[in-house]
Amino acid sequence: MTDMTLSSSAPSSTARADGYRFSVGETLKHAVLILGALVVLLPFYVMVSYSLKSPAEIMQNTGGFFGAQEAFRDEYCVKLGKDVADCMVTPVIYNYTTAFQKAPLLRYLLNGVIVTASIFFIQVLVALPCAYALAKLRFWGREAVFGLVLFCLLIPVHAIALPLYIMLAKLGLTNTYAALVIPWSISVFGIFLMRQFFMTVPDDLIDAARMDGMSEFSIIWNVMLPTAVPALLAFAIFSVVAHWNDYFWPRIVITGDRSLFTPPLGLREFKGDADGDNFGPMMATATIIVAPLIVAFLIAQRRFIEGITLSGMK
Amino acid sequence: MSAIHLDSIRKSFGETPVLKNIDLSIRAGEFLTLVGPSGCGKSTLLRILAGLEAPSAGSVSIGDRVVNGVRPANRNLAMVFQSYALYPHLSIEDNMMTPLRLRDLSTAGRLPWIGPLLAREKYREMRRQVEETARVLRIEPLLQRKPGQLSGGQRQRAALGRAMVRKPVAFLMDEPLSNLDAALRIHMRSELAELHRSLKTTFVYVTHDQAEALTMSDRMAVMMDGDILQLGAPDEIYNNPQDIRVAEFVGAPKINLLPGVIDSAGQARCGDVVLSRVGVGAASEKVTIGLRPEHLELAGGDEKGSLTGRLVHRENLGADLYLHLSVQDGAHRMVVRTAPHEIGRVSIGDDVRFVRKRGEAMVFGADGKRIRLSETPAAAVPEVA
Repeated sequence: MTDMTLSSSAPSSTARADGYRFSVGETLKHAVLILGALVVLLPFYVMVSYSLKSPAEIMQNTGGFFGAQEAFRDEYCVKLGKDVADCMVTPVIYNYTTAFQKAPLLRYLLNGVIVTASIFFIQVLVALPCAYALAKLRFWGREAVFGLVLFCLLIPVHAIALPLYIMLAKLGLTNTYAALVIPWSISVFGIFLMRQFFMTVPDDLIDAARMDGMSEFSIIWNVMLPTAVPALLAFAIFSVVAHWNDYFWPRIVITGDRSLFTPPLGLREFKGDADGDNFGPMMATATIIVAPLIVAFLIAQRRFIEGITLSGMK
Repeated sequence: MSAIHLDSIRKSFGETPVLKNIDLSIRAGEFLTLVGPSGCGKSTLLRILAGLEAPSAGSVSIGDRVVNGVRPANRNLAMVFQSYALYPHLSIEDNMMTPLRLRDLSTAGRLPWIGPLLAREKYREMRRQVEETARVLRIEPLLQRKPGQLSGGQRQRAALGRAMVRKPVAFLMDEPLSNLDAALRIHMRSELAELHRSLKTTFVYVTHDQAEALTMSDRMAVMMDGDILQLGAPDEIYNNPQDIRVAEFVGAPKINLLPGVIDSAGQARCGDVVLSRVGVGAASEKVTIGLRPEHLELAGGDEKGSLTGRLVHRENLGADLYLHLSVQDGAHRMVVRTAPHEIGRVSIGDDVRFVRKRGEAMVFGADGKRIRLSETPAAAVPEVA
């Protein structure tokens, strides 16, 4: 019940209590929220719309959202010397098939899954024991180590990109999955987030596990991990979104081998070149790339909000 | 079953000493309560016994074995925590099974999916033990539920169950009833005592509630400031406290304390009123005289040795009525127990006379230690009342 009211914009609950009375404050709040939503959603609207329309409609800005879907002549096909009648295509079909044909988009998507999944897996593998030690074990210099973790949060990736690249190059790791994964395997943000969550787990639970005969590592994976699922989910969203959408780092370390391209690099295939701009297939690619994230969000949203509202296990 | 010995245990956190040289022998099969105000070190002592905390000095032995370096799980003790500490993601059955899995199964047997196939016989045995324990505690219908779906009392039982399945040498309980509501707490007291009688295992029970200690234990140790002040049966502790802090801590409402002196006849007196006979003590020594509320009663007339107080509050508990009196012009408060029918028409602000009815007045010296009373009167003056 609580997560329902939360998900459907909190202010409405007070309005409901008053029996739908008009209120300037509420209206203003909603106006601001709607405006914000428009700013965020408009680019997506344009992206989806362009992925459906023909090049002429895109250039002339006609055809509404869906476009007329009238068949047009594929110039590239004609250039290949085929019969003009065979080269008439419907915009939607043309845009999406080109997206998959011109670039090995499925391969890129697979790369994206491999890279983001391994990054997240290794991040959890490292962050959970670190966070557990920082939150629950007493050892000399703990506060200093935690201070370093906080300090690392302040370092922007771009500042250390070059040294990282040189290091990977010297190791001969550029143009490998390792180059895409290794620099992200230790997430200080993840350590920080999980540490804050573990602080709220009662010590009694850990003592009970010790009495039952669990080792410290066993406590991490069998007790802390299951209780930390909500926090892990929140971290997963940050981690997966950041690395799925990352253009900067793959662009640096993947220089030649196109079979290692991640989805955002796939967009480069459609950048303006001798053939002229090809916005339709490009936007179709973009739509395909963001689709998995949006679907994942829609599925996880319930769990995510539940996790936040549950906040613990008392 | 084996006895547990704690020898000269010390513990300090940084500069702060928490336990100062504790010696404690726990007999096999007894219900021993560590009781004291919060911060007295009782929980730390229990955690040292459990192995969750290492003592700064001293040794812990279970039976004949010194267990200082032994991991908590290998001491074969079970602990029940105040917050129950059930694994929130596991059903009650799995919660209760966890200690057994960790103790009885090999690494391969603990694997998910494959484990139950490899060690089918052991799993059957473990399940049988869990069911048996659940039957004793009457939580069989709850076995498939998660802790979050249970009420406080049910979680309490489940936590007890998890402790019981492994048939430990001793149960360590750290304020297990504190999170329950008042009625359930009183009910659980008798259940725990019954459980102790039927299991015949050692119980070491930590609480700040002196009523729990008095009602359940075979022996109780009153702790304060890192020391055990007195160890003994509840009766002994209540009727014969050796230290003024013990006398104050045990008993509700609190014992009445009046300042007094010992006169030349060896009697402790408060003002003009002789309250007790004392043994060979130095005369005119300043003492504190303790009188339990039930050892006082209202005086009919102007009896010899009676005290007067002004009624400031009446506390009616149904069977008993506690009168809060301000004596010696408001310098002290005293509580007198009477029955509602005895009091008649006394209202707040009236003066009330009361006398010592029976039982010994307890006399404590300036250092807070009890002053022994002599067997025979030191002087010819008969003791009052």
